[in-house]
Amino acid sequence: MTTKLIVDCSTGEVQEIALTAEEIAEREAMAAEYAAQKAQEEAEATAKAAAKASAEAKLSALGLSASEIAALIK
Amino acid sequence: MANTYTLIASVTLNTTTASISFTSIPATFTDLCVLLSVRSNRAGATNDSLALEVNGSTSNRSGRVLYGNSNVAASTTTTSEVNYAGLVASTATANTFSNISVYCSNYTSSNYKSFSSDGVSENNSSAADSAFAGINAWLWSDSAAITSLTFKSATGNSFVQYSTAYLYGISNA
Repeated sequence: MTTKLIVDCSTGEVQEIALTAEEIAEREAMAAEYAAQKAQEEAEATAKAAAKASAEAKLSALGLSASEIAALIK
Repeated sequence: MANTYTLIASVTLNTTTASISFTSIPATFTDLCVLLSVRSNRAGATNDSLALEVNGSTSNRSGRVLYGNSNVAASTTTTSEVNYAGLVASTATANTFSNISVYCSNYTSSNYKSFSSDGVSENNSSAADSAFAGINAWLWSDSAAITSLTFKSATGNSFVQYSTAYLYGISNA
């Protein structure tokens, strides 16, 4: 059983309460949302790395040396 | 400059718990500060993020974080996460807890509520993404006075036993 803790600052009372079905569903939604967000970030990072590699290859084909390409990228 | 810190309430978890809420927060202070020593049970990860719900609301939340870990320094936007990636999780060094502070200015005003937070996830490892430290700016775009704060794992996980949270009221800040 998953619980939540509630501290009533006016009385000092601490309650440990089982999550409702709605709250459990909200946790599952948070997990799914986070996983989707992470997947999107990884996809964006992969696309950015691919674009960088492509740009470097094109610069190299134009005759730039590796050090010249590195100087441009910095 | 704050000249008073008054402990309003504190809690230590006796068991793994989904969230920690402070309710009926008195309106007698200027600012609020929460100090957390927490660890997430998120499986297969060294870190998690700390989410905050103000007055039970899951709307109108936005933020920005500057963070660094063992292989990168970067920034990103956030929504629910009042502290991004600073919450230590299951695969980090055993029995380590994150130190996270969350500060809210003028919590009873009718303006939007701004928060600042800093945190670090403890982990004795040099592996990539093994430990995070970050500073966060976060906003709850709502004019209501703050009466409750609820902290959760942003990934839908829980805080482990012995996690603690201390809520302080600050006057004359």
